Amino acid sequence: MNNQTIDTAQEMHEEPLLPHETPWEEFVRIFQKDRIAVAGCVILACLFVAAMAGKVLTEWVIVFDTEIVRLPDKFSPPLSFPSDEVVALDIQPTFGVYVFGTDELGRDVFARMLQGAFVSLSIGFIAVGISVFIGILLGGLSGFYGKMKLGFMTVDTLIMRFTDVMLCFPTFFLILTVVALLPPSIYNIMIVIGLTSWMGTARFVRAEFLSLREQDFVIAAQALGIPERRIIFRHMVPNAIAPVLVSATIGVAGAILTESALSFLGFGVQPPYATWGNILSDGKGFIFDAPWLFFIPGFAIFVVVLAFNLVGEGLREALNPKLRSR
Amino acid sequence: MLAFITRNVLQRILLLVIVSIMAHSVIHLAPGEPSQVDPANPRMKPEDIARIRAAFHLDDPLYLQYVYWVKDLYSGELKSFKDNQPVLPKIWGRFLNSLPLFICATLLVWTFAFPTGIHSAIRRGSVYDRSSTFVAYALISLPGFFLSYIMVLWVVEVFGVPVIGMKTFGIEGAQPVFRLMDRIWHLVIPSLMSAILGVAVLSRYVRSQMLEVIGQDYVRTARAKGLEEDTVIYRHALRNGLLPFVTMFGLLLPGLIGGSVIFEQIFAWPGLGRLGYEAILARDFPVILTINFIAAVLTLAGTLLSDILYAVVDPRIRLQ
Repeated sequence: MNNQTIDTAQEMHEEPLLPHETPWEEFVRIFQKDRIAVAGCVILACLFVAAMAGKVLTEWVIVFDTEIVRLPDKFSPPLSFPSDEVVALDIQPTFGVYVFGTDELGRDVFARMLQGAFVSLSIGFIAVGISVFIGILLGGLSGFYGKMKLGFMTVDTLIMRFTDVMLCFPTFFLILTVVALLPPSIYNIMIVIGLTSWMGTARFVRAEFLSLREQDFVIAAQALGIPERRIIFRHMVPNAIAPVLVSATIGVAGAILTESALSFLGFGVQPPYATWGNILSDGKGFIFDAPWLFFIPGFAIFVVVLAFNLVGEGLREALNPKLRSR
Repeated sequence: MLAFITRNVLQRILLLVIVSIMAHSVIHLAPGEPSQVDPANPRMKPEDIARIRAAFHLDDPLYLQYVYWVKDLYSGELKSFKDNQPVLPKIWGRFLNSLPLFICATLLVWTFAFPTGIHSAIRRGSVYDRSSTFVAYALISLPGFFLSYIMVLWVVEVFGVPVIGMKTFGIEGAQPVFRLMDRIWHLVIPSLMSAILGVAVLSRYVRSQMLEVIGQDYVRTARAKGLEEDTVIYRHALRNGLLPFVTMFGLLLPGLIGGSVIFEQIFAWPGLGRLGYEAILARDFPVILTINFIAAVLTLAGTLLSDILYAVVDPRIRLQ
């Protein structure tokens, strides 16, 4: 009894001295409270698995063949069985059933959706990767070396005016122009979306760098004689990354939507690549005869983009210092 | 104030020149030319192509082509490559078609976004707040044309609202009243569909802005004085919460061009976005460049307008 009291008293005394939780644990705790965002994370995890499976099973070990044309079985509704008399055994769909039906050439929509998951996702990630890279580079340069003179203007003026110039272009129209004029290729679409969407990131990073540069830990690091490269990449970038992470997550959603809009206008990824965008825009012609060709990819895009947006919003809440203490 | 405006206008004109030079070089350096749009056409002989190239100054160096473009634009003699029509009247006509769509969509966005956003900010965490948040994200996440197609299917079946073009074919001879009603009737669905995304996005902004303002000291003071909740929200909080949206008003201007391509394409609306799309397909460089130029002018004018408006409505901000 007596011992216990002493123990609790000791605990109560010691507890405040221990570090409460690491920033990561704190982030996880706040993020977990947001059930919708956690659900979004689960969906994204499923999507990554599906995309990887899609890459492996449709291109390396061909389990789901995307290219077999089975004209007798065209426009089969989802979960229908191939007509055994006309479709030869070696071109039967995997598991002997068309899970998502077939399209106008009798190709298996499930296989094409799997393949498209990887392509759509890689468009989103590479485009956002490019835009984040440029954004951090230019924003960081402008925030850290902003006062340096280059002839008659400072680095900051130069970079920020260039950002303003880029903001003057109507983004979608610019993407459309460039994609239409360049030879159609999946890489051009990724690069163009990336090159036209870095402006927000650059502005965030610049603002963060401007305030971080004045803070004590950076001044201390400078006083210690740590090389600038190390100060920038080890000390400042990790502290400036939170808003970038949020906008990147939402940016992936935006890039997937942009790709589907380009596909709608006929400038998307060209065959033989299947993306969700071009399955959807091809399907719009058969909306009465074969509604699954339209609704399955449309719904898939919707769910995935929604998941990215919700996760982005959850990150924003969890990384927001104003909400930390609660 | 005057000095601020003059300096900004000058800066923006300089920006405009840079933007137009960049747009010009991007478009001319990219592969693909108006003479190559129809390579299968057997009537296109090499000498025809050479003549076309000469007529469009395509053989001149880039900077000369830029000078020609500026000169023609300035004198109003810029001609489309495609049909040799003057570019400016063509764009003006399409602009007049886009304008009602833009105005209706904007009005819809602002009338729906504010009540939704304010309401969910006041009842933060309630069922209404959470469901409207979810619906807003759902609308943001739908591909615009997917939703429009579903809407078209449903609306045409149930209400019989027209979804193609600006007016019923053959309505020209009817009474002006009927023509007007026909025009409005045709506006309904396109403007609704282009407004949906805006409502979703703007209501989120309104919500976060209101949340920020509601936490301020002056709102607590107003409550402490014993004012009615409505007065606190609409007089004290909302007025301050509105400030950033004044700036958004200026930023709306460029939406006239960029945001409309998809919807004008879906609803066969002969507007500016569609003109741009057709021009891109036909490699009609003067039209593409001029639309781009106008978009840049609108963007720059919009940001200038929003800076000035901000200073006008918020006395804390001084323009130097």
